[in-house]
Amino acid sequence: MADVNFIVDGKQLTAPAGTLLIEACKSAGIEIPAFCYYPGLSLQAACRMCVVRIEKMPKLQTACTTPVAEGMVVQTETPEIAQARKATLQLLLGNHPLDCPVCDAGGECELQDMTFKYGAADSFYAEPKNHREEQKWSPVVYFDRPRCILCYRCVRMCGEGMDVFALGIQNRGSSSVIAPNVPAQMSPDDLPHVDCEQCGMCIDACPVGALTSGTYRYKTRPWEMNHVATVCTHCGDGCKTTLGVRSTSDGSEIVRGDNRDKSGINGDFLCNKGRYAFDFANHEGRITQPLVRQTNGEFKSVSWEVALDLVGKKFRELRDTRGGKSIGVIGGNRLTNEEAYLLQKFARTVLGTNNIDHHRTADYVSFAQALAGQTNRTASLRDTLTAPSVLIVGGDPTIQAPGTAWNLRTNVRLNRAKLYIANSEPIKLRRQAKAFVQLSPFGYSALTSYLAGDDASASSAASDATGLSAFRDVVKSEENLLILIGSELRGADLRKLIAFGLTLPGAKFALLSDYANSRGAADMGLLPDMLPGYNPVGSSSPLATEYTANTTSGSLAPGLDMLEIFDAAGKGDLSALYVVNSNPVARYGVDAAALKNTFVVVQEMFLTETAALADVILPAANLYEKAGSVTNSYGDLQQVKKAGDRAGVRTDFEMIVRIADKMGTNMRALVPFGKGLRADMGQTRGAQSGEADRHSIWLTAQNLEPRLSPFDPLAILDEIQRLVPGYNILRLQLLSGNDQHLSPAAPAELVQITTRRDLVLPANDSLFTSGTLGRYSTMLSDLQHNESLRPSSLLTQIQTAAD
Amino acid sequence: MSTVANSIFSPELAARFDHLVTIYPLRRSALVPMLLYAQDELGYVSDAAVAEIAERIEILELDVRNVLSYYSMLRTKPAGKYNVQVCTNISCMLRGGYEILDHCKKTLGVGHKETAPDGVFSLEEVECIGACCWAPAMQINYDFHDDLTPEKVDVLFQMYRDGQGKDVK
Amino acid sequence: MPALVSHPDEVKVISRRFGMGAADIEKYIELDGYKAVQQAIANGPAWIIDTMKASGLRGRGGAGFPTGMKWSFVPKVSEKPKYVLVNGDESEPGTCKDHVIFLHDPHAVIEGTMIAGLAIGSKLGFIYLRGEYRYLLKIVEKAVADAYAKGFLGKNIFGTGVDFDIITQTGAGAYEVGEESALMESLEGKRGVPRIKPPFPAVVGLYGGPTVINNAETIANAPHILLMGGEAYAKLGTERNGGTRLFGISGHVERPGVYELPMGYSLRKAIYEVAGGIKDGKKLKAVVPGGASCPVLTADEIDVGLDFDQMGKAGTMLGSGGIVVLDETVSIVEFALRTIAFYQHESCGWCIPCREGTDWIKKTLTRVYNGGGSRKDVDNVQYLAENMMGRTFCPLGDAAAMPTLGFVKKFRKEFEEYIDGNRAGTPLITVEQLVGAGH
Repeated sequence: MADVNFIVDGKQLTAPAGTLLIEACKSAGIEIPAFCYYPGLSLQAACRMCVVRIEKMPKLQTACTTPVAEGMVVQTETPEIAQARKATLQLLLGNHPLDCPVCDAGGECELQDMTFKYGAADSFYAEPKNHREEQKWSPVVYFDRPRCILCYRCVRMCGEGMDVFALGIQNRGSSSVIAPNVPAQMSPDDLPHVDCEQCGMCIDACPVGALTSGTYRYKTRPWEMNHVATVCTHCGDGCKTTLGVRSTSDGSEIVRGDNRDKSGINGDFLCNKGRYAFDFANHEGRITQPLVRQTNGEFKSVSWEVALDLVGKKFRELRDTRGGKSIGVIGGNRLTNEEAYLLQKFARTVLGTNNIDHHRTADYVSFAQALAGQTNRTASLRDTLTAPSVLIVGGDPTIQAPGTAWNLRTNVRLNRAKLYIANSEPIKLRRQAKAFVQLSPFGYSALTSYLAGDDASASSAASDATGLSAFRDVVKSEENLLILIGSELRGADLRKLIAFGLTLPGAKFALLSDYANSRGAADMGLLPDMLPGYNPVGSSSPLATEYTANTTSGSLAPGLDMLEIFDAAGKGDLSALYVVNSNPVARYGVDAAALKNTFVVVQEMFLTETAALADVILPAANLYEKAGSVTNSYGDLQQVKKAGDRAGVRTDFEMIVRIADKMGTNMRALVPFGKGLRADMGQTRGAQSGEADRHSIWLTAQNLEPRLSPFDPLAILDEIQRLVPGYNILRLQLLSGNDQHLSPAAPAELVQITTRRDLVLPANDSLFTSGTLGRYSTMLSDLQHNESLRPSSLLTQIQTAAD
Repeated sequence: MSTVANSIFSPELAARFDHLVTIYPLRRSALVPMLLYAQDELGYVSDAAVAEIAERIEILELDVRNVLSYYSMLRTKPAGKYNVQVCTNISCMLRGGYEILDHCKKTLGVGHKETAPDGVFSLEEVECIGACCWAPAMQINYDFHDDLTPEKVDVLFQMYRDGQGKDVK
Repeated sequence: MPALVSHPDEVKVISRRFGMGAADIEKYIELDGYKAVQQAIANGPAWIIDTMKASGLRGRGGAGFPTGMKWSFVPKVSEKPKYVLVNGDESEPGTCKDHVIFLHDPHAVIEGTMIAGLAIGSKLGFIYLRGEYRYLLKIVEKAVADAYAKGFLGKNIFGTGVDFDIITQTGAGAYEVGEESALMESLEGKRGVPRIKPPFPAVVGLYGGPTVINNAETIANAPHILLMGGEAYAKLGTERNGGTRLFGISGHVERPGVYELPMGYSLRKAIYEVAGGIKDGKKLKAVVPGGASCPVLTADEIDVGLDFDQMGKAGTMLGSGGIVVLDETVSIVEFALRTIAFYQHESCGWCIPCREGTDWIKKTLTRVYNGGGSRKDVDNVQYLAENMMGRTFCPLGDAAAMPTLGFVKKFRKEFEEYIDGNRAGTPLITVEQLVGAGH
């Protein structure tokens, strides 16, 4: 819209016509206070705090509902306005309990801040304040009614933002109250409860301490915590979560997760897992000492030196006696990129094996191959908030990628984005969809054929032929379509869908996977047939060449994949298995007996099914206790920061380095730290020299200093940036905590459409599970239990709701 | 039109509801009338009524409760067969509204929003009912009774007890 | 059934058919019923609006907005259907005029609704009565059914090719729903909380369509105005205050009732002549002249004409025409408490100043009434009311603050003496009853 000129507090300002005055002022650095206003949610004009004086208007006007207009003259801070705000605060404080010293919001409370500013400390009232008992609406949501100032942010957040509509307003006047959707009389315990997704967005939106979090309440004071912004470990969206940490006798404990400054890729959003499910770190079953299995079969605690000596010696011995190809390596979906990269490099160049894999939750190899040679065809999570039209094939973002779902709903609500959904299930996002096609079970393959033009596939794709036809027509007419793909689409189907999408001008793609670094694990080459950046093993890419130069045994052929590794173990062909942050025994239902002749080393937090079969368990730090980077489903790279700390545990990065060291590895070849690294140690110089120390030259060219320690993940990040196609990272962007979008497509000339085995196994997590890790979150267990108490009526109800 | 199987309402009322949701440009417009008619039949808006009305209008039960709790004539607990609503607002107060209220309390032996043990009468002090020029006034269920005196109230109560009271619905 | 009253000074336009059995459609037709609407169809929207503008009719709900102008604001062309909405949610304490219209002349409301519909190009009208008026709904429902049976409503009315439908319903007990946008919310099946304005109903109203919403008395005037001509109607009243209106005189007068008086008629005469003077020969203490929300006038201030402008000049409002008369026995402290108790009960709770302000004024005055007050409390009440004025989401906050300010400013001495133990007036509310006051 055209810009208009107006004057606020004597300043000449310009903003697009239609901009709300409160927003226009904010952009100009003029803060107008408000309780009920929340950007992006419907307007209320209820709190009357944002009143301003507009010339030619008889009364004070609310800045949150007034669009700027040409020639408008506004005052935002006059004695009259200050008095109006002060009086409103005095009214609120009349009934608001002044329990700030114990209130969770104390120190982070908008009512406190405004009282501080407008000085409404005097009270005129002799009557006692209304008191009501606090209510526990769910394990994670508590409601303290007297503290509620009725700004209705929570109601809108839940309804408009989450599309859950679990909160309402009941009664009227001074009896008005925020009410949850399960009234006391409908509840077995005669107390009101909330039947919802337990995202906690209502708590986030609450300007005061009326809604508090079950994990945090009455635990500490905000100023007693350090606030560390890092990336959530639980799903492929990679939301920023800010962890509040507090020192304890054995490290530092995470006491809170929230979306403190809303500065992350997730904007306003954080789901229940990002908010509450940090508590696995504090679980009592945490292993904090290395354990070695004794001849009697029992584990015994040993020192780190003893454990690492043993592992190093054993790995070296087995490699030298039975060959690298007898060793298997399994990595995890929640390792940092640096750790994943280091792990595969360790496997390939130290252990000498390509037998490396991870629990694949989406087929990123096919995705990369299908997009080989393309530019600007991969979408960022941020695109889901702005794309004019979105096609979702497969997947259920509401459950698997709540941040994506939030963005899509917001995009539809605020930008009228068009959402098209094809799914074999009636997923909840269809409520926002312009068109929804319910596919037949296993109808995805037929759908991709149908989209590609094969009309004969229609009947196998969906029963509603007319709907399907209309769906294809409308999708084909879209430009700049964002295509979100669920993990149901793999191999040939995935390639076919992408090929179809590439015919649409401006279409972009994203493939959804399940954990914080599922994408990074694939990008970093935790695959038997792919080196980092989807360089096929045995190819002649620079990376492959450099690896081959360092490879002890000529590992030019693809190694064993996840299932083949366990098959080999069963046949007695696997001498050693090195599992880093993964629980394949449970996930793939591995028979314990298969591993009886294998030397098993597991880096873990807990005594998982896999760890229970180990010969050596090395206690590991989790993603919240280490630094590095992760890549979300979309290819957005973000920095992970160390928040918690636990005495006795080590990061996976450090453990890999230490084991390599104990094996007698040339550490500078594995982790490029220090100055001058390799064969010629600087005798020759120049990019033309094949003998030159490429890494040193690269560092110099990038204005980077050599890293001083082999335990510095940045040393490996340097190498990732140097060698992995697509990972051309902007350091400043990364280190300032911002996200950046990467698209590591396979090099075009190297595309090999082979008949790879489909080893994708979706995690099938619910809103309240998170793989093995989730089992150690007390809060997630509580939420599952809470969910089991009631038949899930919500979804059926909400789907019939008229508005 | 979604007619509800196993309606908790009488066939007549269920049929009326079937029709009611169709006459407005938006289905939801039928909500307030439905709540009133449900209360007229059941004596109050029960949880079952909330559930069926939500189903009929295709909204959440929470939405129904939000609206239900807003309007002062709607109740979620049973009242007496005859709900006596005495106005004490300004015009009635000036002409003896509180005297009438006191008289009702004494005669019926119940207080504000209470129901007599026999369930015949319940009492409520209400805000202005729009009978200011004929004050003091009260409503028994939906019937207006004007220009009251304690004596007239006694006669009225007897009439209702004898089953001669009108019962407009 | 409420008794009808009359007085020679009355000028009967809208009350012309009261007491004549006009709820019966045949009788209504006999008394010139449904003639105006046929003229309206014949002469077209511009003529209707011009006539209404010429009549000087101002909204009878209380705000006094010129009706013809309101109708002319509705866009001629609209993508969404347009609606006429009759506000019969009469709830202002002291007001019962619409009550008699629905009772005695329901067809006038129906005919007026049709005329408004024709004026703006709407095909659907709603008549919304307050929930307590169930027996009146029955009367209106029957009238609507009779009109349908005659072919006056529905498709092709009067054989002219015009369609018009009317839906009737009631609320369920909420003063706030008398506010026009809150009424629309209620009619859409929601909580009766007002909407943010702008947009105004004439542009975005019921179901998002352009909507004319008028008080029942305003609407019922329309057929009379079309029949007698705009100028003729205007001449009955004063400048910019056309015609007559229904005044409900209640409280301490000898002959309370609903009287139709010309606009500008003397308030003093209305009390002392039309309503027969103060009951039982007592002295006048004060008058609340236009429903509970209007600032009180003292006995010395009643020489004022009953129209919007003169009442405004006198520092109060004509409001809904409900004149409540207080004799010398009334304690203003008590009356002020009962008034604020009402607004506290009826506040929808949406905005902070009204929700909390009415509650604290009520609590403070309750304590004062109980003998626990201090002089500072009078200041506090005034401070609270002053800080509600003009700052609330909708006019209910003002409606509560205005009378409160009137009482504490004009009767401050009485409040102070009351607090000091020197209590004027005869208590009407006992301390036990206070618990219930306003529930």
